[in-house]
Amino acid sequence: MVQFTDWDILKNLLLAARWTILLSLLAFAGGGLFGLILTLLRSMRSKITTRIIQTYVEIFQGIPLLMQLFLTFFGLSLIGIEVDAWSAAVISLTLFSSAFFHDIWRGCIEALPKGQWEACRTLGLTYLQTMRYVIVPQAMRMSIAPTVGFSVQIVKGTALASVIGFVELTKAGTMINNAVFEPFKVFALVAVLYFLICFPLSVLARHLEKKNHVAR
Amino acid sequence: MSLVSLDQVHKYYGENHVLKGVDLKVEAGEVVSIIGRSGSGKSTLLRCMNGLEEYQKGAVIVDNQSVENDDYKLRLLSRSVGMVFQNFNLFPHMTVGENVMLATKLVMKKSSAESEMLAKELLEKVGLADKFSAYPGNLSGGQQQRVAIARSLAMSPKVLLCDEITSALDPELVGEVLKVLEKLKQEGMTLILVTHEMNFARDVGDRVVFMNQGRVWETGQSDEVFSNPQTEELQSFLAAVR
Amino acid sequence: MSYQLDFAGLVPYLPQFAAGLWATIELTVISTLGGLLLGTLCAQGRISKDAWLRRSCSCYIEIIRNTPFIVQLFFIFFGLPALGLKLSAWQAGMFAMIINLGAYSAEIIRAGIDAAPKGQWEAGQTLGLTRRQVFWHIILLPAYQRVYPALVSQCIIVMLGSAVVSQISVEELTFSANFVQSRSFLSFESYMVAALVYLLLAILMRQTFALIKRFAFKNPSL
Ligand SMILES: Nc1ncnc2c1ncn2[C@@H]1O[C@H](COP(=O)(O)OP(=O)(O)O)[C@@H](O)[C@H]1O
Ligand SMILES: [Mg+2]
Repeated sequence: MVQFTDWDILKNLLLAARWTILLSLLAFAGGGLFGLILTLLRSMRSKITTRIIQTYVEIFQGIPLLMQLFLTFFGLSLIGIEVDAWSAAVISLTLFSSAFFHDIWRGCIEALPKGQWEACRTLGLTYLQTMRYVIVPQAMRMSIAPTVGFSVQIVKGTALASVIGFVELTKAGTMINNAVFEPFKVFALVAVLYFLICFPLSVLARHLEKKNHVAR
Repeated sequence: MSLVSLDQVHKYYGENHVLKGVDLKVEAGEVVSIIGRSGSGKSTLLRCMNGLEEYQKGAVIVDNQSVENDDYKLRLLSRSVGMVFQNFNLFPHMTVGENVMLATKLVMKKSSAESEMLAKELLEKVGLADKFSAYPGNLSGGQQQRVAIARSLAMSPKVLLCDEITSALDPELVGEVLKVLEKLKQEGMTLILVTHEMNFARDVGDRVVFMNQGRVWETGQSDEVFSNPQTEELQSFLAAVR
Repeated sequence: MSYQLDFAGLVPYLPQFAAGLWATIELTVISTLGGLLLGTLCAQGRISKDAWLRRSCSCYIEIIRNTPFIVQLFFIFFGLPALGLKLSAWQAGMFAMIINLGAYSAEIIRAGIDAAPKGQWEAGQTLGLTRRQVFWHIILLPAYQRVYPALVSQCIIVMLGSAVVSQISVEELTFSANFVQSRSFLSFESYMVAALVYLLLAILMRQTFALIKRFAFKNPSL
């Protein structure tokens, strides 16, 4: 058996952390894009679309992320698409985040006072003009803090990709632990690395939140 | 034909019968004050005149256009009818100038230069020429309300609807807003205002409409109505607000 | 390509699913109660006069909120025995869930406490109550009421998170699904069933909490 120094452990964890970060970024981008599309679709105010999107959100918020990973992994191979752990993780984290992003952003749009809509109507703006020039700019400003806040959830969510065999930070931790059998040290280090990624994001989100409050 | 004409307008919120057959005619250049207790349907009446609320029966005709629940028609109507709200409803992410210019650019399709000139002129009129680049959040309530008036005027409406536009203001700021309204009257603007400012209604307004229980309970020339109210309800209302 | 879903094949495994469901419910109920209690204590710690207590409470909250649940679970189950704290899988899972909900709910409850008008504290203290008495008798219930929706959502998130404790072989619903799919080879179907049950549990929890709300908060909403 190879000898692992503490430095080796840390180095391997750091290497694996790159995958955690990459997976998080992809999920953030994919989920953001898809969430945006959902939000746009929903703002078309068709009853059926709204109902479908609501159900979509309820499903993804009502099923464990772990279950979503399993279902993606096994479901896709069922319909003949062979997916590796990496694609399955990206796909399910994207779907998962899109539901939450949509929920956050819709909340921001709905939080705007009704008077903003009414003012636009009396000025004769079309629905799209109202969205484009009045609603979206304000909602966007409001949504930055909760969006950053949710990115922390995404980073933590990527840890579950370890369960379907994707080697990111958590999986690397279990593998290294199996080799060195120092669970206390290894998992503490893993936790510290996650903390180093997540904590700054949390602080940023809180800071933005405060700024938002002052601005009102 | 009157500029604004309501004929037997009925409005329900679910079971709640809020307007029970309102008739009202307003001629161009008139200043009409709508008074009445809270909940008597004043705001609803006003909002039926520009399509912010639908009505279930009757007819509302403004500037020869029938007010119907049709997005396109309502957009056309917005050029004839302006509205100022109790809580301003300015766009907080835009400067004062941008607030005023938004609709001239997007709806009237005026050029930027033209819009800017108009905006400056209007801000001058409401006494805020120096606030063109300020944000609404940095203005006092009275200033914000004057910006809101300038913003409505930018569409050069034929009639301006004002719903308790001084009610959210500190008492010392009410005067500056009322002064703007007075000036508009002198320029011949048609004004329909829901107001609690009885002195203003008496001194500046031409006509008073007293709303009670969803009906036009009593109406007449301002001095007449205030000095010699006919119905018991108006008498007790005036006694209460004085 | 033309795979036929075969849910009928799962019927013989119903007892497994039922046992898993029961365990998940048990985990959820206990961790919800424990977590909310811990969260309340921690929220109280956050506003304590004792700087050391305040700091340790926020430390705990930040650590939990900024690390994945699965890592917390592994640390508790695999790591803590090194300190001589040996827990069974069930205990470790339970412990992890309580600690997790404790941190999140502490933050939520504190927001509710922060929103209490200052006059409430002052009124209580002029009546001769101690700070602690004011907290428990005057501040707390309205604080819960203010943040109730957020608390409910968090409890549901923790219930859904319980799926992860299958990874240390706690025999709950996800573990059952894993077990069944390894026996029946009906993997997608097994997970579909489990997912559906979780979805129903989430809905059920929401309704239970709505019911509790009716009894707990007699005064009209704040
Ligand atoms: N959006 C609404 N939904 C339901 N009822 C409403 C709504 N707006 C107003 N009402 C009801 O209509 C009645 C008249 O309201 P309103 O026109 O605002 O009165 P006023 O402006 O004279 O105080 C009131 O009984 C009020 O409760
Ligand atoms: Mg009103």
